Amino acid sequence: MSGSPMRPELLRIATISRVEEESRGVKTLYFSDRLCSEARPGQFLMIWAPGVDEVPMSLSTISRERVSVTVKLVGEGTRAIHKMRVGDRMGVRGPFGNGFTISGSRPLLVGGGTGVAALKPLLEAMLADGVEPTFILGARSLDDLLFRSHLEKLLGRRLFFTTDDGSLGFKGFASDLAIRLMGERDFDSVYVCGPEPMICKVFEEAERRGLPIQASLERYIKCAVGLCGSCALGPFRVCRDGPVFNSQQLRLVRDELGRTRMDPSGLMISIEP
Amino acid sequence: MSQLNLAVEIGGLKLRNPVMNAAGVLGLSANLLKRVYEAGAGCVVTKSLGLHPRRGHPNPTLVAVEGGILNSMGLPNPGASYFANEVKRLKGMDIPVIASIFGSSPEEFIEVARILAESGADALELNYSCPTVGRERCLLDADPENIERVTSAVKDAVDLPIFVKLSPNVGDIVECAWASERGGADAITAVNTLKGLAIDAELRRPILSNIMGGLSGPALKPVALRCIWEITEEVEIPVIGCGGISTWRDAVEFLLCGANAIQIGTAIMYRGLEVFWEILEGVKGYLEVNGFTDVNEIVGLAHET
Ligand SMILES: Cc1cc2nc3c(=O)[nH]c(=O)nc-3n(C[C@H](O)[C@H](O)[C@H](O)COP(=O)(O)OP(=O)(O)OC[C@H]3O[C@@H](n4cnc5c(N)ncnc54)[C@H](O)[C@@H]3O)c2cc1C
Ligand SMILES: Cc1cc2nc3c(=O)[nH]c(=O)nc-3n(C[C@H](O)[C@H](O)[C@H](O)COP(=O)(O)O)c2cc1C
Ligand code: FES
Repeated sequence: MSGSPMRPELLRIATISRVEEESRGVKTLYFSDRLCSEARPGQFLMIWAPGVDEVPMSLSTISRERVSVTVKLVGEGTRAIHKMRVGDRMGVRGPFGNGFTISGSRPLLVGGGTGVAALKPLLEAMLADGVEPTFILGARSLDDLLFRSHLEKLLGRRLFFTTDDGSLGFKGFASDLAIRLMGERDFDSVYVCGPEPMICKVFEEAERRGLPIQASLERYIKCAVGLCGSCALGPFRVCRDGPVFNSQQLRLVRDELGRTRMDPSGLMISIEP
Repeated sequence: MSQLNLAVEIGGLKLRNPVMNAAGVLGLSANLLKRVYEAGAGCVVTKSLGLHPRRGHPNPTLVAVEGGILNSMGLPNPGASYFANEVKRLKGMDIPVIASIFGSSPEEFIEVARILAESGADALELNYSCPTVGRERCLLDADPENIERVTSAVKDAVDLPIFVKLSPNVGDIVECAWASERGGADAITAVNTLKGLAIDAELRRPILSNIMGGLSGPALKPVALRCIWEITEEVEIPVIGCGGISTWRDAVEFLLCGANAIQIGTAIMYRGLEVFWEILEGVKGYLEVNGFTDVNEIVGLAHET
């Protein structure tokens, strides 16, 4: 290492040590990086695929030996990341953002799609703390469920599946099962990450029941250090004040949540269903 | 408490204190700018606005370097007409707003200026040259002739204080300052970012997608101070200092150098929005300890030694 201090905003070059195919169109890339090893669950990185794009990704593994990001192929940037092999190098900035705070002893975790990636290190930290989380793992279909066997090992009967097509577990959205479980069981906090309409529904139900919630949100990220304003959500910057927001903050952005977002030029556009 | 006066007047614009955010920093929404004002700023500055929405350059658009950052945002903005509503919202909350604008021709500058003047902006800051858009021709070349021509055209078109933001990427910044003054500018903002480049040794390539970017942060400070010194020796109109101000001590140095007000950008990355409060408290403390009662008393003192 050069004598430079460890500043998360400095770019590092990471070499990929392992690539895991998680499900259709989702890959996990492992590498090591000291700053990332000290990250909090819920924090994110900027991953640079040289010559293509730099995109935000949550840390899906945080440990001393190695860390990972779990990437869903959706466009050009994520395609370039998916093409990377063991030994390839990519740029890493971060970790950025606030991360989750563990509070309560009987939390409900609700993860939809790749949102599960951000909840995985949170779940692992909770278990290490002796907390007893219940986890709802949701996806479109059986083949899209992320980290299924890993989560089964960790959680046993406290893991619930939902699939939109009913191919495994509850048939419907993760938010539907979350609403039902909140009525049946005694949780003292809720954590959610996934598509924004799903987050919205879980938030509204938690509000009705007076349960504190922490939700990880997504907006367009450019600088990641709280300067450019492109990630604006109400009075907040998702990159710096978030990406994890608590009940009180979510109440302030109710009119935007699940409805509108800022596009890369700064125009407010509606979130497509 | 003592009777310290922090209020300043810059080219007709009266502010509760001389500290504001730099253009392009948190300037993309009324909600974020409101936070800047609530954090203590005397007024707020918008992102540079053009006639049409622009998405800016692809990522990476920001990279940290020694002593600061390089950015090549590429002037993303939602367009003047859209942002007019955000300005109206800020004015509805009684927040003084400087609208930063750019254009590719004098006519376009005037059109953008009119839209924002109508929306209630309190002053306009003309951004002639931003090193992050290179030769895309969305901006005029910032030579003295163009600066004078566009400044006077905008000045004639709208009835607002006009500030000209100058770039340090010129041979002689005094020529540009004179041109601004001749064009009728009410103040000068100095400076924009310094053109720079970052290479990654391992990947053997430039890091920013746009290759070139603008350097801001502590490394820019001595350059900004030099520019302000040169300008204030030669022109009469007030100067808003910008470039690498992170602490109250930096702010005091800019005031002593001749700046009547200051803008904060990159320091928000290092110190958060609290930086506005910290700087104001620090400046107050400095005035008090040194027996001044008015912030305007220290402006330009360094020239008198
Ligand atoms: C804090 C945060 C954490 C995230 N964590 C994960 C994760 O763990 N796993 C995962 O698969 N995805 C994650 N995402 C989403 C991921 O960043 C986008 O899917 C990715 O940027 C798409 O890039 P692309 O070039 O492939 O797609 P494009 O074709 O360029 O765009 C597809 C969509 O992706 C989004 N997008 C593109 N670029 C950005 C950007 N710079 N910032 C934000 N959104 C962008 C836009 O909404 C766009 O409509 C996260 C996003 C944020 C903001
Ligand atoms: C992310 C970012 C975006 C910027 N956008 C603009 C802009 O739109 N218009 C402009 O005149 N200057 C822009 N600038 C330059 C700043 O206004 C300021 O001149 C420069 O950053 C130096 O100040 P600092 O060192 O305090 O950041 C931008 C700077 C940054 C870091
Ligand atoms: S991405 Fe620039 S402020 Fe958040």
